[in-house]
Amino acid sequence: MANVFTRIGDWVNERAPNMVPAYRKHMTEYYAPKNFNLWYYFGSLALLVLVNQIVTGIFLTMNYKTSAAEAFASVEYIMRDVEWGWLIRYMHSTGASLFFVVVFLHMFRGLMYGSFKKPRELVWILGMLIFLALMAEAFMGYVLPWGNMSFWGAKVIISLFGTIPYIGDSLVQWIMGDYIPADATLNRFFALHVIALPLVLLLLVVLHLAALHEVGSNNPDGVEIKKGPKGNRWDALKPADGIPFHPYYTVKDLVGIGFFLMIAAFIIFFAPTFGGWFLEHDNFIPANNLVTPSHIKPVWYFTPFYAILRMIPSFFGTAVWGVLGMFGAIAALFALPWIDVGQVKSIRYRGTGFKVALGLFVLSFFMLGAVGAGVTAEVIPEWFGNVDVTFWENLFGRVMTLLYFGFFVFLGLYTRLGWEKTKPVPERVTMHD
Amino acid sequence: MANEVVDHGRRRFLTATTAVVGGAGVVAAAVPFIKTWEPSARAKAAGAPVTVDISKIELGQKVTFPWRSLPVFVVNRTPAQLAALPKVDSRLVDPKSDGASAGQQPKYAQNETRSIKPEWLVVVGICTHLGCVPDFFPEIKPEPFDPNWEGGFFCPCHKSRYDMAGRVFSGVPAPKNLQVPPYHFVNDTTIQIGVDPKEAG
Repeated sequence: MANVFTRIGDWVNERAPNMVPAYRKHMTEYYAPKNFNLWYYFGSLALLVLVNQIVTGIFLTMNYKTSAAEAFASVEYIMRDVEWGWLIRYMHSTGASLFFVVVFLHMFRGLMYGSFKKPRELVWILGMLIFLALMAEAFMGYVLPWGNMSFWGAKVIISLFGTIPYIGDSLVQWIMGDYIPADATLNRFFALHVIALPLVLLLLVVLHLAALHEVGSNNPDGVEIKKGPKGNRWDALKPADGIPFHPYYTVKDLVGIGFFLMIAAFIIFFAPTFGGWFLEHDNFIPANNLVTPSHIKPVWYFTPFYAILRMIPSFFGTAVWGVLGMFGAIAALFALPWIDVGQVKSIRYRGTGFKVALGLFVLSFFMLGAVGAGVTAEVIPEWFGNVDVTFWENLFGRVMTLLYFGFFVFLGLYTRLGWEKTKPVPERVTMHD
Repeated sequence: MANEVVDHGRRRFLTATTAVVGGAGVVAAAVPFIKTWEPSARAKAAGAPVTVDISKIELGQKVTFPWRSLPVFVVNRTPAQLAALPKVDSRLVDPKSDGASAGQQPKYAQNETRSIKPEWLVVVGICTHLGCVPDFFPEIKPEPFDPNWEGGFFCPCHKSRYDMAGRVFSGVPAPKNLQVPPYHFVNDTTIQIGVDPKEAG
């Protein structure tokens, strides 16, 4: 038997001689720093969730009906009548939320250890494009069940484009293909959700990894192992502080995957709606264009950006400022490599100002999430009694919005005006033997 | 042939013209694809005018009629609600509907009450912020969102507030007054939404 496999291998090699070297370059001879910690699980977990979304998504399309008249009922059909359909759907809906959990943590890792800095700006930009594509993908997916929150969420998000001066109204009509979100809207969103955006996402993921493998991975010390001493157990010319991605990190990632799947399984089996956070209660009501849900709120992963939109009032007769603020919140992340020009990468050796700023940034992100999800509107009267809720919610939300953008302004000044007092960065990663 | 000198200028020119012609072709080919996203003939046909009976609408009551799949609010305003309109003028963005909201109503509804007949308010119930349907809070009493409430509409999505003439308050996300659709009275108890009075002749 072995002989047969060897011969097949040789046959392929003769015709595609670059395949084995390519495998080596990206797996067994891709030397990653040996000091990866817990934060380095989230990249491979994101890939795992992507695969989960594609596989479960393919099976969902087999029973889903793409029409405003039938979509809602077909989802309920999947849930009740299709054998194991409920599992496939809950894997998909839970996967969507967990995708954002791992991507947010993955991005936070990048902020913490300076992975967005030179020479990895391209990796960061491609990653941010993945994040954008993922948000579009998630939004369109949320519209497909055609529940009342799907409908009104679609209406609000599409209306964002209506705030653009002059072309706004006709642009909104063009996106919807009708005067309100309707059958035409649902059908095009389905096409984008199941084929167009997944193709874009896959391409971007390949480019993200290719760009990463060009420059090599960063690490918790923010030290360039390629600039350190050479020679390890496997190769005399490769970084001394690097270990082959396969089998070392593939095995490490398997442990992370096992742990992650336990959490995912728990949610899928015992809390698939996650108390209304992963699947909102109002989406179990069919779409109704004459009745707005009493609390329109997006799914949790959009709430921080949604809060920024809400907190910025309209002036000069246009509501475009809130929209600009919301997109600006994402654009600022894109520009981060050119905002934060500090030479030291890792939080371990950066100044106290950076640590405090990063902490406040995370705080503002969570608090904006709370505002966007309507948590503050509930707790303000509960904690402070009979007060003007709108006033205090707006005040709180606006302070948090300033804090969010303040992070970028502060970093720009902090790293340019020489305010940052960094610690000495070690020559090599701190875990070498 | 092999011995001829390569004319680089000519080669660049041909490359550039080929690219331009090819680019124009791609743009032209994209137009039909982009056009498929416009509302279809069927969607446009569904936007015809609607005639509604308003005789059953009680004083102070709001009834919603669909027009072009949009909710149109028809409100029979009470004298007290009409009297309250001038009281909130100072808290509005555009009380006379001649600033940012100049295009939000036909000429015949650009007045104090934003209507043809003072008591009958006809507005598209779509928040001018991001298109939610505002809720109707007709009573003149303090509300959780406004202690000095004089009656009007409150959008649950982003807390925009409008008075009983659909005029937007300042300090909320919505930039403009609610839109008044074209409409006219066929007779005292019937209105047609989607057609101006003069067109109906």
